[in-house]
Amino acid sequence: MSVERIRTAVGHIVLMFGVLVSLFPFYWMVVMASNTTPDIFSYPPKLLIGSHLFENMGKVLDNIDFFGSMLLTLIASLGVTVLVLFFDSLAAFAFAKYEFPGRNVLFGLLLATFMIPAQLSLVPQFVTLAEFGWIGSLKALIIPGAANAFGIFWMRQYAKGAIPDELISAAKVDGAGFFRQYLTVGLPVLRPGLAFLGIFTFINVWNDYLWPLIVMTDPNRLTLQVALDQLNGVYGTDYSMVMAGALMSVIPLIGVFLIGARSFIADLAAGAMKF
Amino acid sequence: MAVTSKTAPAAITRPSSTAEKPPNKYKQAFPQYAAVSPFFILFAIFGAFPVLFSIWISFHSWDGIGQMKWVGLEQYHYLLSDATFWKTIGNTLLIWVLSTVPMLLLALVIANALHNATRLRTFYRIAYFIPNVTSVVAITLVFGSIFSNNFGLLNAFLRSIGVGEVQWLTSPWGIKIAIATIVTWRWVGYNAIIYLAGLQAISADVYEAAKVDGASPRQTFWRITVPMMRPVILFTAVTSTIGGLQIFTESRVLFGDTSSIGGPGDAGLTIVSYLYQSAFIKNQFGYGAAVGWALFVLIVLFSIINWRLIGGNDDERLTRRAARRVERRIAAQNAKREAADVR
Repeated sequence: MSVERIRTAVGHIVLMFGVLVSLFPFYWMVVMASNTTPDIFSYPPKLLIGSHLFENMGKVLDNIDFFGSMLLTLIASLGVTVLVLFFDSLAAFAFAKYEFPGRNVLFGLLLATFMIPAQLSLVPQFVTLAEFGWIGSLKALIIPGAANAFGIFWMRQYAKGAIPDELISAAKVDGAGFFRQYLTVGLPVLRPGLAFLGIFTFINVWNDYLWPLIVMTDPNRLTLQVALDQLNGVYGTDYSMVMAGALMSVIPLIGVFLIGARSFIADLAAGAMKF
Repeated sequence: MAVTSKTAPAAITRPSSTAEKPPNKYKQAFPQYAAVSPFFILFAIFGAFPVLFSIWISFHSWDGIGQMKWVGLEQYHYLLSDATFWKTIGNTLLIWVLSTVPMLLLALVIANALHNATRLRTFYRIAYFIPNVTSVVAITLVFGSIFSNNFGLLNAFLRSIGVGEVQWLTSPWGIKIAIATIVTWRWVGYNAIIYLAGLQAISADVYEAAKVDGASPRQTFWRITVPMMRPVILFTAVTSTIGGLQIFTESRVLFGDTSSIGGPGDAGLTIVSYLYQSAFIKNQFGYGAAVGWALFVLIVLFSIINWRLIGGNDDERLTRRAARRVERRIAAQNAKREAADVR
């Protein structure tokens, strides 16, 4: 029994150490953001949270259009999320619950698109969007990502288990067409699955760096990640300010994550097991 | 299954019992086609077409604005003899190994500990997952300061214990270790949670049987846990390979303000950084497209190698074999015990 107890204790010590390593960079981010740059770079370095946080945050607002970037990022993230939720769940509903000619071929095709790395189409996508005249606009951030294979695959697995066929046939008997069936039967049942896909999509778009770096060519219209990188490039010497910016960009995201963290993590793990 | 076959034809058979001709099944499925079409339309425009177009671009010399000049396979010829390109492949592979190996091993350790922990489970899971959802740019900035040569926290620590400083952000190995550390830190928790799900899917009976059998924890781990986890390990290996070959943001943000985006001596220049640099900084679109195809070939190649190494195609057989081995042991044990009882 006591061997068992020691093992549990050792397990918790290992886990706690891991948690410290996991969270330390965030603590350090706050320490740097709340001290002055000379203080951080002194030796020995300051290890405690200081009192200059608001001063540093103010400097961020003076140097980049932080709220403009945040608004742009928010609109792009929400835009992609809403479209992905709609298109992916609609397609998943059809794939999961209806027989139609060519269904399996189409679904196989969809799975095959997983193989293509995003970077392969980086150059031609840029050229295509330039041809459309979308470079520098929100459309370039939102439209190409408006539906994705991962979401459809994931929602289909979810829909297969979650939507009882009886509900659909009942709706049919009531004379509901396909779209009505999706709205009245599909959507309510799929809500937990949509919550996961929504958070997942939102976080990914919010954090994306390479694509906005390429398509948002107007320096006055940058997403948060690109603006943050620019703050670092131009004002790299004022580390406290850069860290304050990093902190400000991370807080909303962690908030979104923490709201749904519990089921989000469980769903993600369950999804990975199905692949 | 039975329910599907009962409901789906119902809509079709009802009208056909009154009318002779069955209705056009393609026409009937119009709403379904409409439902799945947004993805396929978007994919055609922003996925399939660009991929085909990128082959075309890679056969040209093109700055993205002016005339495209057909050069045939010249971009690929140049690619194969381009020392910088080979260097980026070496860099990417080194960073991949330096990050993936410790990442997956640590994830396995954490998952095991999480599996055995009964208290604080949710807290641990969230704490381990937070690095994965935070912005790479912000976190790279933090690590950049920790690894900083002169004022970095890490060197301050090393100095204080008398080891002396390491030129993390200027030496070839230091750069790679710094990037690999960021990748490992971000993805350990994610992989641990995937492994945890895999562990929880293994039936408790198998472990119970091994315990009865008198198997040591180490034997249990290697003979039961690892073989049963093969599919999950394969999943994480393949996804980390694909992710590892696409590393970009870390090196770009760490060295963004220096003249080369790969850091001193291009020691941190990855394949994707090189693609970005060729196409979007030097405006060599044709060459950038060719680098993209090289990346594609590498990803496919490494996914196949992973598949072979971890034995993706026979994992079911192996799992069954592990289960059978345990069963045999239990049978033997029981037989022995019975024999002892008789005596």
